[in-house]
Amino acid sequence: MEVDERAVAADRDTSIRAGGAAPLAAPRGPDGARRTGTGAGLLIYLVLGTLFGVVLMKAQVVSWFRIQEMFRFQSFHMYGVIGAAITTAAIALQLIRRTGLRAGNGQPITIPPKEMGRGTRYWLGGTLFGLGWALVGACPGPLLALLGSGLGVFAIVIASAVAGTWMYGALRPRLPH
Amino acid sequence: MPVADVMQPWPWYVAGPLIGLFVPALLLVGNRMFGISGNLRHVCAAALPSRAAFFQYDWRRVGGWNLAFAFGILLGGVLVGLTIPDGAEVALSPAARESIGALGIRDFSGMVPRELFSWSSLLTVRGLLLMVGGGFLVGFGTAYAGGCTSGHAISGLADFQLPSLVAVIGFFAGGLFGTWVLLPLLLRGGL
Repeated sequence: MEVDERAVAADRDTSIRAGGAAPLAAPRGPDGARRTGTGAGLLIYLVLGTLFGVVLMKAQVVSWFRIQEMFRFQSFHMYGVIGAAITTAAIALQLIRRTGLRAGNGQPITIPPKEMGRGTRYWLGGTLFGLGWALVGACPGPLLALLGSGLGVFAIVIASAVAGTWMYGALRPRLPH
Repeated sequence: MPVADVMQPWPWYVAGPLIGLFVPALLLVGNRMFGISGNLRHVCAAALPSRAAFFQYDWRRVGGWNLAFAFGILLGGVLVGLTIPDGAEVALSPAARESIGALGIRDFSGMVPRELFSWSSLLTVRGLLLMVGGGFLVGFGTAYAGGCTSGHAISGLADFQLPSLVAVIGFFAGGLFGTWVLLPLLLRGGL
């Protein structure tokens, strides 16, 4: 998951971590600077999330129909959205690196590299996710937007996704990474 | 039959850059890496009993921001959902409409086909496999791969991370197999 692994301090089982190299470092900053604030601190993320949900809905990337259209190569729309998103983010990351911009809390901005290891987790986990993506026609963000848009049955899909993640956690020591 | 409203999407060259901007926005606000599927893990850590080491961490500190972001996505869905007229259809390409029609879908209104995604469909083998099975694969796969479309395809590729490229190739391999093999079997197989 896109959890900052370095912040997941208790996740110490190096034998099964992809790459299995250095143990995870403790959260950084003498005052635990990566902490999440409460109340007002979370509000900005709530607002950003709401904007993100609006864009997902308006771009129709939440639509099962659109995902089918994408996997059948019958429209450029989804490829354009994803491609333009990657390009924009890549340019922004380069700008941040070159200008040495800092985060709002004064920390230098760093992006934790993902460890390749044998790579099994990426191709196998990715393929399993892709299967699910084609069936439900939505990845995790769109699932939430769909539920919000009034499709209550997506609560079941989301609950099932939580169960899938729980099962991965339980099986993790036995899976190849 | 009445002519349904057709919903044009925000064009890709508007929506794509807007989505991409969430990567620098989250980094600048709080040094957070854009990604959604981590929330599934945070929910497990917060609310489900488990002895697995994978869930033993301070979910409030690590994931509080992300859960707030996720709740926002839900609110965004509420806001836009209120503006969608009943029966409006996504503006699909004619080719997609034909292919999806060939799967037996007749109702093109809304964001998802109601014939497949509804409470009553949940009582059919087909609906159960699609919603519960598909949801499970999404949760299991993203946890295994360490990210979803946002974390790997957007954040990871934008940062030129090779593991993300491998994951995204996996996403598409699985998606193509699901679309071209599994879905036709499920939808036309009489389940």
